Amino acid sequence: MAEGKILTINMGPHHPATHGVLRLVLELDGETIVKVTPHIGHLHRGIEKLAENMNYQQVIPLTDRFDYTAASLNNLGYCTAVEKLLGIEVPKRAQYIRVIMSELARIMGHHLWIGSHALDIGAMTVVFYAFRDREMIMNMVEEVSGYRLTPSYMRVGGLARDITPEFIRCLREFIKWFPTAVAGYNTLLTDNIIWRKRTQDIGVISAEDAINYGLTGPSLRGSGVAYDLRKVKPYSSYDDFDFQVPVGDKGDVYDRYLVRMEEFIQSLNIIEQALENLPEGPVNVDNPLIFNPQIEDVQEDISALIRRFKIQCQGPEIPEGEIYHAVEGSKGELGFYLVGDGTEHPYRMKVRSPCFILVSALEKLMLGHMIADAIAIIGSIDIVLGEIDR
Amino acid sequence: MENAKVVEQIKGKFADAIIEDIEFRGDLTIVVSLEKLHEIMLYIHDDESLHYDLLSDVIGIDRLPREPRFEIVYVLHSMDDFRRLMVKVMVDVDIAVPTVTDIWKSADWPEREVYDLLGVSFSDHPDLRRILMWDDFDGHPLRKDFPLKGKDFDKKWDPSTIKVM
Repeated sequence: MAEGKILTINMGPHHPATHGVLRLVLELDGETIVKVTPHIGHLHRGIEKLAENMNYQQVIPLTDRFDYTAASLNNLGYCTAVEKLLGIEVPKRAQYIRVIMSELARIMGHHLWIGSHALDIGAMTVVFYAFRDREMIMNMVEEVSGYRLTPSYMRVGGLARDITPEFIRCLREFIKWFPTAVAGYNTLLTDNIIWRKRTQDIGVISAEDAINYGLTGPSLRGSGVAYDLRKVKPYSSYDDFDFQVPVGDKGDVYDRYLVRMEEFIQSLNIIEQALENLPEGPVNVDNPLIFNPQIEDVQEDISALIRRFKIQCQGPEIPEGEIYHAVEGSKGELGFYLVGDGTEHPYRMKVRSPCFILVSALEKLMLGHMIADAIAIIGSIDIVLGEIDR
Repeated sequence: MENAKVVEQIKGKFADAIIEDIEFRGDLTIVVSLEKLHEIMLYIHDDESLHYDLLSDVIGIDRLPREPRFEIVYVLHSMDDFRRLMVKVMVDVDIAVPTVTDIWKSADWPEREVYDLLGVSFSDHPDLRRILMWDDFDGHPLRKDFPLKGKDFDKKWDPSTIKVM
């Protein structure tokens, strides 16, 4: 077609289907996409620069703001990264509670994904059910941490506090209820003929291409590569639990959908095992150089008071070294590259954000498809702009 | 494949280009010379037994006042047995690093981010533009000599041109 017939349109930054402030410049030949140029950075807050001027514990609330749909997973990634740099391991009970919180966060992230993904394509009902069940988890998170969206529940060296009996009661109720809820989402979408026609054979990417373009998480597993960091590089006692890594085979939008639907069940499975085998004991490491002494000790013991004062004013000192540590976020490989220089501030903190790489692969996924399919493809890779722009 | 074997194999092929190999907390980092970077990357991607096919991230570190000033770290994974390798290269100001986007497509945006925030340029990169900061932004915010609040944070702005007066 002649050059003059190419139509350039601007999708975003304020477009409901871009899931945040993402701007896509689409070049269209009729209704077919011939070029995609994503523009990001509207939500850039300079978290990496800010972190260089804070102490290690103060960075934790910032990490909540990466992927705010599944904030506990970011806490887990950051805290385990600092602990890897320190060379310490938190008590077993803390590891299990961290697993419970992060799997709940993964379910929360997937709830937001399924709600908005289906809503974008035109299935409005799902979002109400998804948010009804998301609310149950939000209440549980509020019960243990005091916050709903940005819990900041984990600390370097353990947790902010232990879980409560009320939390365990709610969690048991949720475990009993949730399989019914997932079956409900399945009824609405999986065999829905409109859903299938909108998602099958759309945004296909082969396993080899997916790896080369750096896709991770459910987007990579949809293409049939079983790369799940919980299995291949276990952290926080994930090797204690028995769970499956669902994979697709074709790598289209529908396969990525099926993988995430199965992850709902697998996450619930992990939570159930962690709750049943929850060990007793402390939730913080017994290391006065890293963690605050207990409040009871502070009230009785002058040396504990001094230690607390030092940690509160200066923060823990982290040794020199460089590590890369990655956890399986709800969107993919969430990595932290930390450079410690022996002071209380990180010398450099780089976040490997899965969504950042996923958006860079958008052009590969979209080329040759209709403009309406662009919406389905953006939904299927499940992006959160807070994590892309950092 | 174990870390020691990986080092041995790469050293066998590029004996003089490997400056250092470090194993810290179970992860292997090799420091390579800038001249041989692209050749080594191509080798570890294509070689059957090494086969690092996933480039997770490209990281830039400002080591002011050390010389050379910048360190670029490539985090690689192999999908065969999920090994992890980090390749580090030292680079001075105004020296371009050869791009690896021709080997791994996923290097595209991370390299742009390093260029944007640290000012290290990459030669032969297909689309080297700023990515997080706006196009006419002056300076590179993640450099250690860039102040925390931005260098013009207390100056007056002209709203019509969006420039400092």
